[in-house]
Amino acid sequence: MLDFLPQQIFQFDPLALFFLCVIFIVCLPSAIYSFGYLKGKYSSSKITLSWFLLVVFVLSMAAVVSVGNALIFLVAWEIMSLVSYFLVVFDTTHEKSIQAGMIYIIMTHIGTAFLVAAFLILYQQAHSFDFMAIKNACLVMPARTKDIVFLLLLAGFGTKAGIVPLHVWLPYAHPQAPSHISSIMSGVMIKTAIYGIIRFVIFLLGVNSSWWGILILILAVISCLAGIIYALMDRDIKRLLAYSSVENIGIILLGVGLAMLFISKRMPYLAVFSLIAGFYHLVNHAIFKGLLFLCAGSVYKATGTRDIEKLGGLIKKMPQTAVYFLLGAMAISALPPLNGFVSEWLTLQAFFLGAFNSTGGMKLFLGICAALLALTGGLAAACFVKGFGVSFLGLPRSHYAESAKEISLSMKLGMFFLSLLAVVFGLAASLIIKLLARVAGAAMNIDVSSMSFSLNNFTLSPQIGEGAYISAPLLGLWLIVLGAAGFAIYKLFGKRRRVYKTWDCGYYKLDARNEYTATAFSKPFRIAFSFFLLPYRKTQKIRESFYHVKSITYETYTTKVFKKYIYEPLLALVFRSAKSMRRLQPGSIHLYLGYIFVTLLLLVIFTR
Amino acid sequence: MEIIIIIAQLILFIVIAPLLSGLVSKLKNNIRMRKGQSIFQPYYNLIKLFSKEEVVSETASWIFKAAPFVVFSAMLTAATLIPVFIASPLHRMGDFLALIFIFALGRFFMALAALDTGSSFGGMGASREMFISSLVEPAFCLVVFSIFLQFGSTDISVFGAAHPVSVCSIVAAFALFMITLAETSRIPVDNQETHLELTMVHEAMALEYSGRSLALIELSAHIKQMILFFLIAQLVFPVNFCGFWILWYSARIMVIVIAVALVEVSVAKMRLFRVADFLGFAFVLAMIAVVCAVLGV
Repeated sequence: MLDFLPQQIFQFDPLALFFLCVIFIVCLPSAIYSFGYLKGKYSSSKITLSWFLLVVFVLSMAAVVSVGNALIFLVAWEIMSLVSYFLVVFDTTHEKSIQAGMIYIIMTHIGTAFLVAAFLILYQQAHSFDFMAIKNACLVMPARTKDIVFLLLLAGFGTKAGIVPLHVWLPYAHPQAPSHISSIMSGVMIKTAIYGIIRFVIFLLGVNSSWWGILILILAVISCLAGIIYALMDRDIKRLLAYSSVENIGIILLGVGLAMLFISKRMPYLAVFSLIAGFYHLVNHAIFKGLLFLCAGSVYKATGTRDIEKLGGLIKKMPQTAVYFLLGAMAISALPPLNGFVSEWLTLQAFFLGAFNSTGGMKLFLGICAALLALTGGLAAACFVKGFGVSFLGLPRSHYAESAKEISLSMKLGMFFLSLLAVVFGLAASLIIKLLARVAGAAMNIDVSSMSFSLNNFTLSPQIGEGAYISAPLLGLWLIVLGAAGFAIYKLFGKRRRVYKTWDCGYYKLDARNEYTATAFSKPFRIAFSFFLLPYRKTQKIRESFYHVKSITYETYTTKVFKKYIYEPLLALVFRSAKSMRRLQPGSIHLYLGYIFVTLLLLVIFTR
Repeated sequence: MEIIIIIAQLILFIVIAPLLSGLVSKLKNNIRMRKGQSIFQPYYNLIKLFSKEEVVSETASWIFKAAPFVVFSAMLTAATLIPVFIASPLHRMGDFLALIFIFALGRFFMALAALDTGSSFGGMGASREMFISSLVEPAFCLVVFSIFLQFGSTDISVFGAAHPVSVCSIVAAFALFMITLAETSRIPVDNQETHLELTMVHEAMALEYSGRSLALIELSAHIKQMILFFLIAQLVFPVNFCGFWILWYSARIMVIVIAVALVEVSVAKMRLFRVADFLGFAFVLAMIAVVCAVLGV
């Protein structure tokens, strides 16, 4: 009778353990960081509240990835969503927080609605919510039902992951939370959606048609490009990072989508390799995005602003934070020998190898996806040159930046830990890939004991036999040796050096107003991608006479196409239909009695 | 033994690379019926720069000071991956794809250094450089992809051995040629010869550098150019790497040098936003190379 009650509550398989590791890798430093971050910013009762919420949040995420029952999964999922809502609106004094929280809670519940629908279909098939029972039922499920469940799951988890066009809540909610929470939300929470896709679609449902993988690849490529282009345009440092999360989720999903494609094509080696690439980028993104959000929080705490146009020159005021931010920016731009480089290389290799083993049109498709990933990489580098360069280098652009001071020890500790991991995960790639191979194998029920993805403990090599290698430790060592050689050459030729003003074209005084701004930096991209960004500007001139303009205000905007062409019409439709529904409820008691009478009549007729 | 060959290769790159720039410049002038500077002018420039006093902006931080070394070491690391004397010097370190990322490392620091001095020229240069490079990367990736489809590996040593020239590699070489023009800041993308603030890209980034630092940056630019010339040459005129094929080496590099010089004198510099079209064309060419590879021609 009570067959929906769970047989097993927890299930600690390699997949769950991997995600638990990712959660704690980011949550621990963020928690340490929050000691310094919360102090002096909030009252003591609020700090207590934030600790309580943080603990519940972390535990609920841990529960999401380790339960073995769909019903309990859903409960944990809801707790996670609700607690994170309270954390988004933690700064209740800000008007923006409330608005962001509103968008977040609506979007996240739309997502959950899809999940509930998917789980009900699964329950109907399996007569149980236990993962094992569902897995067995999925073996005999008709293909049509599977397709529907897949699409529902994709919409549900896609909302949480921030896949374009379901990403709209992410750039509102993530920046608005306190920074250590932003780092957990962007670093870990959106990864639970990836966990959901892997657990439910790959592990339970089982991939049997190749269009699932292709659909995910297409969505992922769109997410990558849209995310990074928006990030490039943004001047709010935390929102920039939030958009970049959309991009990175895209890169992770490229690995996952490829894995699904190869499962359906019965290529186990490539499937495992692609999923490893996805997992590797997942943990890397958790590390460097966590780090970057903590750094952005330090900047926010030290200066009181998140607008990078008001920052500048922080490398002199906050030298340590600058180093951590630089490491994070290098890692996310996939520069060798840091961790982002390894995972992007793996993803590109997965595309190449996959194309090599496919035929005709699929080769072209995978090639184009790889090229667009490379474009994303180039744009990400530009975005983080902007993010780091404009806010940390040059001259301070406002008194906010001028009065900045280095932040407290506990905050530095949190950032130090994560930046250390960013280096370690780059250098120790061969060891980590062995662990990830086991996780990927367990997720897809593929025996990985005979597969090897590395030559030795220092060199990766995805192709068996003759093939491509990279060795991040060797690269790092060689870069340092040759850099030292360059330094030696430099030192060899004299020591004369003079410190003088920056060249000012003979103009009398160069100040921060002459510096290139973030908006100017992104201008070429705004023009090149104008078909997508639809930029427009407002210029207002106040004139004393025809010849003398007293002041000019110039504002430039980009159109958020998804918001304008999908969400606003949708919202308008909802409001319109709500308005027409209101006619049913005019306030007349007689009419209501009439409704009851009609209902009764209908019931009598239909339930005879 | 191997390490000696690698060091010899690096020294070769450092010594020969400026000569290629000198040759291009001399050729360009001769085509324009001018006498032109000596082909050794880049060496004189480097010697002059190395012996001069260096001026550092007071706004600059350690990024500005460290960038020349990062750029230099990135370019030399890339040069290590290229097969010259032996087929696979340190090929365990990185492959063709890693080359793209290593170039990105140098560029990233160069752009940061440009922003570091607070000069608006630097910002302009950094913005444009990142714009151009982000459009170069997909085309470059597709070129690598077409080569991968042909040879079944992204290892540069596989590509380094003698191989039959196919339609695919010729088309890929054309795409790579266009990429090279953009990456080495040549007309129609950029112009090495002017310091006109409206057009300069690479020069704008290096504007605040002087003395030894500038020498290192210029040397790195020469090395990068030599790497790219080499890759094109290897695509269209492949040789096997056993021994010193000095003459054949020089001859095939000379062909690229002449081609670059011819393009530079016969094409006008493009507006920055038309560069997107130029690189879009490179992308399409690379795509055609991939199609050729899929068709097996």
